[in-house]
Amino acid sequence: MFNRQIAAFGVTLALLLAACTPAPKGTASSPSGAAGEQPQPGGTLTFIVNAEPPSFDGHRETTFALLHPIAPHYSTLYKFDPNDLTTVIPDVAAAMPEISADKLTYTIKLRTDVKFHDGTKMTSDDIVATYNKIIFPPTGVLSPRAGAYAAVDANGITATSPDAVTFKLKYPSASFATNLASPWNFIYSAAKLKADIHWYEKNIMGTGPFTYVSNTKGQDWVGKKFPDYFGKDKNGVQLPYLDGYKALIITDASAEVNAIRSKQAAIEFRGFTPQQRDTLSGALGSALAIQEAPWICVNYVVPNTKKPPFDDVRVRQALTLAIDRYAGSTSLQKITIVKDVGGLMRPKGPFAQTDSDLQKIAGFGTDGAANKAKAKQLLADAGQSNLTFKFLNRNITTPYEPVALFVLDQWKQIGINATHDVKETSAYQADLRAGNFEVALDFNCDFLDEPDLQLAKFWSASGLGKGLNFAYYDDAALDKMIDGQSRETDPAKRKALVADIEKYAMDTKAYQYPVLWWYRIIPYLNTVRGWRIGSNHYTNQDLETVWLGK
Amino acid sequence: MRRYVAGRLLLMIPTLVGVAILTFVIMRAVPGDIVALKYAGSPVPQSVIDEERHQLGLDKPMWAQFTDWMGEIAHFDLGTSLWTGHPVVDEILVRLPLSLELAIIATLLAITIAVPLGVLAAVRQDTWTDYAIRLFSIGGLAMPSFWIGLLMVLATITLFGWAPPLVFTAITDDPIANLSQMVLPALSVGYRYSAVSMRMTRSTVLEVLREDYVRTARAKGVRESVVVLRHALRNALLPVVTVISLEFAFLIGGLVVTEQVFNLNGIGKLLVDAVAHRDYTLIQALVLLLASVFVLINFVVDMVYVVLDPRIRYS
Repeated sequence: MFNRQIAAFGVTLALLLAACTPAPKGTASSPSGAAGEQPQPGGTLTFIVNAEPPSFDGHRETTFALLHPIAPHYSTLYKFDPNDLTTVIPDVAAAMPEISADKLTYTIKLRTDVKFHDGTKMTSDDIVATYNKIIFPPTGVLSPRAGAYAAVDANGITATSPDAVTFKLKYPSASFATNLASPWNFIYSAAKLKADIHWYEKNIMGTGPFTYVSNTKGQDWVGKKFPDYFGKDKNGVQLPYLDGYKALIITDASAEVNAIRSKQAAIEFRGFTPQQRDTLSGALGSALAIQEAPWICVNYVVPNTKKPPFDDVRVRQALTLAIDRYAGSTSLQKITIVKDVGGLMRPKGPFAQTDSDLQKIAGFGTDGAANKAKAKQLLADAGQSNLTFKFLNRNITTPYEPVALFVLDQWKQIGINATHDVKETSAYQADLRAGNFEVALDFNCDFLDEPDLQLAKFWSASGLGKGLNFAYYDDAALDKMIDGQSRETDPAKRKALVADIEKYAMDTKAYQYPVLWWYRIIPYLNTVRGWRIGSNHYTNQDLETVWLGK
Repeated sequence: MRRYVAGRLLLMIPTLVGVAILTFVIMRAVPGDIVALKYAGSPVPQSVIDEERHQLGLDKPMWAQFTDWMGEIAHFDLGTSLWTGHPVVDEILVRLPLSLELAIIATLLAITIAVPLGVLAAVRQDTWTDYAIRLFSIGGLAMPSFWIGLLMVLATITLFGWAPPLVFTAITDDPIANLSQMVLPALSVGYRYSAVSMRMTRSTVLEVLREDYVRTARAKGVRESVVVLRHALRNALLPVVTVISLEFAFLIGGLVVTEQVFNLNGIGKLLVDAVAHRDYTLIQALVLLLASVFVLINFVVDMVYVVLDPRIRYS
């Protein structure tokens, strides 16, 4: 009897240990399944969202927790091609915009077969009302991305006919057209907005592929296929393929993994850590597919230039020179969601410099020892050989804590005694906004490789960078450079201007600089087809082309 | 007795007001607020942040915010969640059935395990039975319930490819689905809960078994089972009832990590989310709710004492 008990205990322990042991790494698979496979209509996709949406208004909010469950209810004017997420394609627009020769007038023809979920027909009035709310919000209406459309003339959005709309700009804007594909710019009903401009904060009614069914707070969000949706695939099959979807709100990381492992959920669209991917891969084997991609998210080291000695450019340059980003990439990519070395633009993105050009910038050279020697010399020249400070960070493990620990170790190697000042996110953010720190680890995530977005934090702190630029410098020269690239509509020339900005902001002035760019990992059940990973977790979430295979 | 009950009920008011003031002040003493948190990392202009603070009333002086809130409470209005914009009552009502059900199942489980085993351990003091029961209870005290829960989920997934359902189904809608979701969390919570109660039962029964009236009963030839169950256990139950009731109150909102592990949409998880979001109105309402539960349960326990021990009289 006793031996049987020992044996039973041993088996149980072995099983538990097996469950806790890291599994072998899985392999990436094709996002669409086997080549030539025909999409199968039907089924309900269950996916995970690891946070609760605040309001339901996409124009107002900034979190992916809104987009993942709610974007399937809406269309946008343009969107990113689900099969090529760097290309903008029409959504409710009938074609790409016609741009006048002076690049100041954009005329957009609309589809005539778009209906709202209440059966009413979408017209240009709805587009005008939607974009007026986004760009020129009335008092009391929040629109955090209004600044992205600063080029649009007041009263410049007009309906020229029921199926055409015109945007007039004050000056040419390189980013305007792609910003019309912003995943946040849900098309709302003009009638609903006229009755109550806040209606969409608590209600759903769009033109998207799925209608709203229910939302249980803290638990789930359910949508079902909109039979009158205008979208069709290349074979003329009515979209969406799915009958419906259910978004489960799961905030605990281990519960997320368990949900996929037990096949109660098929996918989580934001991303998992390498360890979570390996655990799932080991447990599910060939039932798991994995997609990975560089991510337009990055952590910046931000010295507060209002606080000595960080007002001294030599000290700031020393801090960036000390960081061996290539060594960091090798070690950190195994344990957290960072990977590529890059400047202010996403590495290998359309505005990224070549590696050889990037390596000419302070802190991005590949000779770590030489960089550190130079950093030490700069500190000595600045009289800061025994520099001591607090490094402000937020209390989020992935990837903030490992990234900060790596940076702290790099600084220690040149004699800097920096302590890790970890605070809960709200307190951390309060310190950032009050300038109550010496050096901080900041971050930025965007939906698009677009210099206007990635450089938003680099405007002067008392100007357009107010509340964004936590290095707290004012630099008219840099403002002029950022403005210049924004107005340059020739892509090659713009790229060159952006490279100049990178050199100036990260090296010459060393105001703030990236550590490593994030890397997105999506392990999911291989029954999910028709979804392709992009370099952000905001776009391609309308689930229009997603289907469930065997 | 009536005056005592009325007095106790009236005393709840200053207690809850004190809790309200403390919660209000402590939450605002912590740096940062919901708006800073909401836009963390987003390139949002300061003007938008200031406008949102204004809309939420966070730019008002603290005393004005407090009087606004007290005014709402006086009208039995717990306010609106700063995060979702929905009434706090709605947010709580969605989660309360799950938390209550889990607390009830775990309590029943704990009582079922703790009282018989506690009595058995006391009756068979210093035997192998006692040692085994004590080991079992010490295990429950030593291991956090969320950790036991995590192991249970891992074991069921590994062995059977099964994990508890992630979506709450009311027991009236589908009892099997409901119990499938509840069984593992109730076991993991109930085990720890039973360990506390078991230790208390054992020690109080042991103490009572040494009383003169127990010896008298035995001397009169009363059967041992009657001595233990009627004379000893009933008198030993007072502290056990206290422990069980306080644990029950704790379970309503205290299963923070366990609810996370099992993804239970309960009050504990709501409280954690509210704190994480700096959702002042929701935090204040939840703390008030939990304080009310504790105060009420303490009151009920005092009333139960009268039933259990006829010698107790309140005047």
